[in-house]
Amino acid sequence: MSTSNFPGGAIVRHAAVWIAAIVVIIVMPYVFTSSSSVSMMSQMGVFIVFALSYNMLLGEAGMLSFGHAVYFGLGGFLTLHAIRAVNDDVWSFPLELMPLVGGLGGLAFGVIFGSVSTRRAGVTFAMITLGIGAMVEASANMFTNFFGGESGVSGNRVTEVTLLPFSYGPQIEVYYLIGAWTIVAALLMFLLTKTPLGRMANAVRDNPERAQFVGYSTTIARFIQFALSGFFAGIAGGLFAILFEIMTAPNVGLIQSGAVLLMTFIGGLGVFFGPIIGAVLVTYMQIALSGFSEGWILYFGLLFVLMVMYVPNGIAGVIVSHFAPWQAGLAHRFAVPYLLAIVPALLALAGLVTMIEMGYHLSLAYDPSRPIELFGMEITATSVAAWVVAVALFAAGLVALRWVAGRIRQRWGEVNQAMDAQRAKQ
Amino acid sequence: MTDALTLSQVKKRFGPAEIIRGVDLALAPGERHAIIGPNGAGKSTLFNLISGRYPLSSGQVQLHGRRISGLAPHQINRRGLSRSFQITNLFQRMTVFENLRCALLWARGYGYSFWHLVGRQSALNEEAEQHLEKLGLQKRRDVPASLLTYAEQRTLEIGTTIAGGANVILLDEPTAGMSLSERDHAIELIRNVTVDKTLLIVEHDMGVVFDLADRISVLVYGQIIASDEPDQIRGNAEVQNAYLGT
Repeated sequence: MSTSNFPGGAIVRHAAVWIAAIVVIIVMPYVFTSSSSVSMMSQMGVFIVFALSYNMLLGEAGMLSFGHAVYFGLGGFLTLHAIRAVNDDVWSFPLELMPLVGGLGGLAFGVIFGSVSTRRAGVTFAMITLGIGAMVEASANMFTNFFGGESGVSGNRVTEVTLLPFSYGPQIEVYYLIGAWTIVAALLMFLLTKTPLGRMANAVRDNPERAQFVGYSTTIARFIQFALSGFFAGIAGGLFAILFEIMTAPNVGLIQSGAVLLMTFIGGLGVFFGPIIGAVLVTYMQIALSGFSEGWILYFGLLFVLMVMYVPNGIAGVIVSHFAPWQAGLAHRFAVPYLLAIVPALLALAGLVTMIEMGYHLSLAYDPSRPIELFGMEITATSVAAWVVAVALFAAGLVALRWVAGRIRQRWGEVNQAMDAQRAKQ
Repeated sequence: MTDALTLSQVKKRFGPAEIIRGVDLALAPGERHAIIGPNGAGKSTLFNLISGRYPLSSGQVQLHGRRISGLAPHQINRRGLSRSFQITNLFQRMTVFENLRCALLWARGYGYSFWHLVGRQSALNEEAEQHLEKLGLQKRRDVPASLLTYAEQRTLEIGTTIAGGANVILLDEPTAGMSLSERDHAIELIRNVTVDKTLLIVEHDMGVVFDLADRISVLVYGQIIASDEPDQIRGNAEVQNAYLGT
């Protein structure tokens, strides 16, 4: 009988991965000690939970939602109201468990809105989620008691009601609280993929008709998956509320919904850890790029378009596609073409960034002829020479990249053939 | 004894076109019944009506004397009727083993549980392994369904159809597109897995039909023009005229 039926080895391997993750979370603040790093890593935790919850829909069940921030944001608002109630001595509830308030809120709204949206799959489902997202965002301006109007809702996470002897005032204590929740939520979402519901979510994604003919209502399977996804999104919202101590209307809005789709897609839908990579990367880029450039959203758009066009399985998909050559001992054959690709990619990127930054500078700066600093150089956006160089860099990079891409494709062909030959020998 | 499957005056209209024009059919428990007929006679449509994929325009379908027409496909399946498809209809991204296990989940009472880990359910996994063995697909256990050969996909299709333990089985052209040896293998498999079950099969291959069926119904232009034992059908002049062409 095959080993994977009695997954002793698999359990050990899985446990090792989770323990490694816990160690990473514990160690990171000793590596990146600045308060801005700790704050950024805390945000990464929040968005890992949020992106994983989104992948319960898109990756696991094939449901494309444009309104997942509804459950994230409402969970966050509810958590913050619960924290304020503790601030005001209305009730007493430990801060460590506050994300549960967000989770239950997300679950409740998931049940309410999910009962409408999950009756249909595909485009209809996507349109309904878009509608619900727009509706909730608009209602933020109507129900100002709950959403706090323009200024949002704020609270003080130092409630003095805690289970552990921490105040959660210092950033680092909040980091570890978020880290603990991230591990627990990620583990639960991982285990969920191994349950009958998780399997049938995949079944409904792959072939809804066959799912019905093995006895399952596709509507109910989608609905339960959707509601549970709302639960985890609500937990993420609760963590966000604890981290920032403020929630505003855009947190339930369509841009936030788009951001989580972006993270999940860039990371990769098909693999459990894909959204984790996406959340870490996109959060980092959001924070790093927004300090670097006015055009940071443009860079995101470009990245997203390029990923959809050339890497539809996301970063995790690329990683996983190298497992088989790695096991066959052939991974080293990619080293040269991949290293070769770096040079033209950097050239094209430098050209593109220069053009975009000069463009922004020309249209936005008070004095466009004032030089901008880029890559350690002073560049004058009004100079024709600068534009010529930028365009030339970009074009040369692209041409060279096309050539390298051909080499990489060729190498993949060779490696695939070699793997087929190995298999034939066995 | 109550019939396993009863169709009374089943009709189906698509707009102005009446595709099924009043079909009466009764299958005794344990019977292997084949439906034959020329292309476009409405054989697949009839299957889709019985299994709840399309709603009936009029008439009634009963399973063990209880009405099933008007129910959703998953409800009909839960009452003990399962079907295969003419075009292979599997969970393409799942492995062979996963396909079979998913076909067992509802029947073994797991429902929509999100508190069981499927890997830990030894009885369930054992049963899925047994089905795997019965189908002769052990070597392909961990291969995604999409990467199977055509004949293997058809075999798995039959496997997922019967795995849940339904006692009325509908097979829609199970051997279409197979080579001769694959076909013989498939007939043997169907015979084995449908012991003590009621079988309704649509098939173009007369060899398969006369080999397998206890009774045959001839569907022409949305109506059953004859329903009898294989030898009688072979000798029926009207049938020969309409269909067998010999």
